Amino acid sequence: MSALGRHLLSIDDLGRSGIEGLLEIAASFAEVVTRDIPKVPALKGRMVATLFAESSTRTRSSFETAAKRLSADVLSLTTVASSMAKGESVKDTVRTLRAIGADALVVRHPAEGVPVQVARWTEASVVNAGDGCHEHPTQALLDCFTLQRHFGGGAGGGGGQGFLEGARVAIVGDILHSRVARSCTKAFVSLGARVTLAGPKTLLPTFAGEWPAELSCELEPVLYETDVLYLLRMQRERGAGVFVPSEREFAHLYGIDERRLGMLAGKAVIMHPGPVNRGVEMTSAVADSDRSLALDQVHNGVAVRMAVLYLLVAGGGAVGKEADGGPAIGAPGFPGADR
Amino acid sequence: MMAERERKLAGPRGGTFIPRTQVLSPEDVSRALVRIAHEIIERNRGADDLVVVGLQTGGAEPARRIASVLEESEGSSVPVGTLDVAFYRDDLSLRPVVPQAATDIPCDLTGKVVILVDDVIFTGRTVRAAMAALADHGRARLVQLAVVVDRGHREVPVRPDYVGKNLPTRLTEQVDVSLDGVVIGDVVRR
Repeated sequence: MSALGRHLLSIDDLGRSGIEGLLEIAASFAEVVTRDIPKVPALKGRMVATLFAESSTRTRSSFETAAKRLSADVLSLTTVASSMAKGESVKDTVRTLRAIGADALVVRHPAEGVPVQVARWTEASVVNAGDGCHEHPTQALLDCFTLQRHFGGGAGGGGGQGFLEGARVAIVGDILHSRVARSCTKAFVSLGARVTLAGPKTLLPTFAGEWPAELSCELEPVLYETDVLYLLRMQRERGAGVFVPSEREFAHLYGIDERRLGMLAGKAVIMHPGPVNRGVEMTSAVADSDRSLALDQVHNGVAVRMAVLYLLVAGGGAVGKEADGGPAIGAPGFPGADR
Repeated sequence: MMAERERKLAGPRGGTFIPRTQVLSPEDVSRALVRIAHEIIERNRGADDLVVVGLQTGGAEPARRIASVLEESEGSSVPVGTLDVAFYRDDLSLRPVVPQAATDIPCDLTGKVVILVDDVIFTGRTVRAAMAALADHGRARLVQLAVVVDRGHREVPVRPDYVGKNLPTRLTEQVDVSLDGVVIGDVVRR
């Protein structure tokens, strides 16, 4: 039934049909959030805990809003304000949250692989909300959803679900430290887009040849052939500053100003996962222009995360139990039976 | 179209819908819907303030049909909407319910007379969920329920106001309703 298994740790958990299925369900939730009462009782009585060992505005508030709009209880924990500051291990923290009753754990951590490890330690469903330079699957999903809503029919001329078929996406900036770039490249490519990674050589991934993407150290030739320009933030907290001589030089070579905006095709759009360093990746004028989908991305994040939490938690546990015996045919619980 | 839905729904549990008896012909279904539309007009003394809402997916088509008869005979336009109740069900812990299709309520329902339409009423739990869902779209003045087939076996105190056909069934049977007629069959596990 579901696009998802028990956890969402990597975009690899989904594949093309999984992504498309999830986007369909997200569309139902997008309708829910436009209502006067943007709340459904789907996860009433369930608990979603967020465990953030790194700072966040968007992802965390988006997950918590999504959980609340599904009527779930929300428990939110940050490293600074928890016993992790006293030296409690991640494992003990995770087991404590489960003992309190969390059905889903949304985990962000500066070390790669922590969500995978957490998933081994708990019965709860685990969602990776960003682990180091590895992955950030819900960001990629909400970007796909935003592009689907924006292009509708298709950027590359495809119809229906093929909204990214043949579309040209350029991801620009600090690819090396970006979990968003990794998840997005996989998602975009599996939906049929051609992805180019552009940035200074020092900020391109060391084993970039293994990525299903083209590479370019020059920005401007790429701009002329781009439908979606995806800008990334310089990850200073991961030491990105030492990979370029200065931010001003980076802005000069790779920043988007109005002149470079003019090189994009008429229908091309700009995306950014946030937070934006105004004046570095793009000027304020570009960030505030109508070509930027940044706020649509944030808005759509809620519906997409509702879909993720719903699929992971709603069936939770019972799916496995039911799989053996299953309910009697015609009994309540049998599909199509209880109308 | 809806027989296909039955098959699809039966799929994950390894069942297949085997049709046995045709109970209503396409013409019978059409006549029943016309009659229901006229009963609605009679009971509500016209079609003012009416909003017809079909439950996804089986109720959507009958709802459109009923609304068009209402419009023809009253000469005023009647808004039609659809409602998906997946997120309001009480059996999420029994099985995950994936939304079938979009909810589209054309206007604020406050003060309106809402005619809920579904293809089959069985346990009544879908209708219970639908009433919870409706409340999030405004406070309707009146909510009435129209179904093409009532097959009995209610588990909650819900009763339809307009019924196309009362069809006593066994608990193990399946009823397939579409504009192409009503068929009783069994779901056989593969």
